[in-house]
Amino acid sequence: ITEVCGAKRVGYFGPAQFYIALKLIAAAQSGFPVRIESIKNELPLPQFMALKNDSEVRYGPPAELHGVKFQVPHATLEKNSYKRTDEEDKQEPKSPPMSPICSPPASPSTYQRIPLSYGYGNSRSGLEQQHGAPYEVRHSTHQQDGPSSGNYGAKPAVACSTLNRSLSAEREQQDSSAHYVDDPWRITEEQRDYYINQFRSLQPDLNSFISGSVAKNFFTKSKLPIPELSHIWELSDVDCDGALTLPEFCAAFHLVVARKNGYQLPETLPETLLPEYLQAASLKPIRDCALFDSYSESLPGSQQTRDFSRTEKVSAEEVPDNSALLQDAKKDDKQALKVNVALKMIPKEFQHLTVKTAAQESNALKARPRSRSYSSTSIEDAMKKGEEPPTPPPRPQKSHSRASSLDLNKIFQQNTQAVRSGWLPPPPPALPPRPSVSQ
Amino acid sequence: ILIGVTCSPPQNYPLYIRSVPTENELKFHYTVHTSLDVVDEKISAMGKALVDQRELYLGLLYPTEDYKVYGYVTNSKVKFVMVVDSSNTALRDNEIRSMFRKLHNSYTDIMCNPFYNPGDRIHSRAFDNMVNSMMMQVC
Repeated sequence: ITEVCGAKRVGYFGPAQFYIALKLIAAAQSGFPVRIESIKNELPLPQFMALKNDSEVRYGPPAELHGVKFQVPHATLEKNSYKRTDEEDKQEPKSPPMSPICSPPASPSTYQRIPLSYGYGNSRSGLEQQHGAPYEVRHSTHQQDGPSSGNYGAKPAVACSTLNRSLSAEREQQDSSAHYVDDPWRITEEQRDYYINQFRSLQPDLNSFISGSVAKNFFTKSKLPIPELSHIWELSDVDCDGALTLPEFCAAFHLVVARKNGYQLPETLPETLLPEYLQAASLKPIRDCALFDSYSESLPGSQQTRDFSRTEKVSAEEVPDNSALLQDAKKDDKQALKVNVALKMIPKEFQHLTVKTAAQESNALKARPRSRSYSSTSIEDAMKKGEEPPTPPPRPQKSHSRASSLDLNKIFQQNTQAVRSGWLPPPPPALPPRPSVSQ
Repeated sequence: ILIGVTCSPPQNYPLYIRSVPTENELKFHYTVHTSLDVVDEKISAMGKALVDQRELYLGLLYPTEDYKVYGYVTNSKVKFVMVVDSSNTALRDNEIRSMFRKLHNSYTDIMCNPFYNPGDRIHSRAFDNMVNSMMMQVC
């Protein structure tokens, strides 16, 4: 197998060789002859029994190959052909099983999770991402269950370390490009820094917005077709205010980068590109955000998430009541896999990054469930429409609940801002004469 | 059995048409097109500026034997037209209003996208999803 996959020839197991080798192993185990052609068949995943203790098979075989498939696009885009097809076979989350044998190279620690783990149920706790990215050695927080020790037996371990070296070599040079995406939807440190610098070049204040037209000019330079840019904008501007905050900008830039590297744009925004996630991660690489993992794949694009992401400046997990709110609202089974260690560790230095206060945010959170579903009064609509098509100013925080109505009415009547909150009109006594809207 | 259409001035060509189910689609298209005239008539009938949502919502435009047509116009003269099967008596006025509100909200979201030029056809997937979910709700 080693010979067939080409490792002998090149002297090491690069990702390509490794994947071919695994495929050949699967072929051999299924009874096919060990030849290059065998890998074209639809093969079940190889079983690695010797890797753990005799009793348990740590790596669900599906995980392995699946992980393989995951890694392929990242490491070697040219392998897309047969790798991609298998990618859909098993949609299970991978958690990086980094073997301690393969110590991580200097690359950042953002590759904890197996890429594309969003959207997948997190119940696969036993899975570890083996080979693919030994450089993704994660520190123990991610070891799902049980033995965090080297996952492979002797031979794979050796392969792992060689792989590690080769892969780290690859990664180093790829990292330097700052556009390489390992996990397509996770932003590396270098990328983040690059995006932040770009943001700074457009807008010196990191806490402020980039207006729509500025962003449009900037992203048009990427030479992507306009419909795709439009879709990227839709995905990344979660609060739909026509302007990009730093996390939104990073998400948008990242999507552009991914698209230029050949990835298809997702239908909804991946978890790792949500503004709160990015906001949190910007201060401290977050290993497992159980909170965000609870966002189901369908939610990011939905109104709910949009509501919750309105305060993108404040990472939700900071405020305990918010996190409770979010978790309650979005709780599903997806918690299992991710170890939510890092969540608690988010330092309070976050606060200084936030534009909106926590108080506002909690108000907003309360108000949010109403914000879009009741769609606005007529005057709000009027103002909204009145400000199209020129880029509307960034929307103010929706901190209005029913109680704080009077000021808002004055604001509306002065027509100063396009407030899109959909709060119901306050009770009549406080209401200045405005046509009442029948709900 | 419902269609949502957005048309923009001045030529009133459609920016977005969606119907469920898909048979008789052409008939729906035609109905929508003809009802634009009714919309224009109503708009010109009100001389003053439309700032009230009540006026934005034009109500039942044109009841025919088979279906009802509802209209809604925004401040920027973008018109939404909805054709609903008459047999669907479960749809009350409030629901129609709320559907138009949702359409309007989604439309403003599209407007916020700097890559969208007003007057282009609407290709937004978010908008599609919203319209689909709305139509599923009704049918």
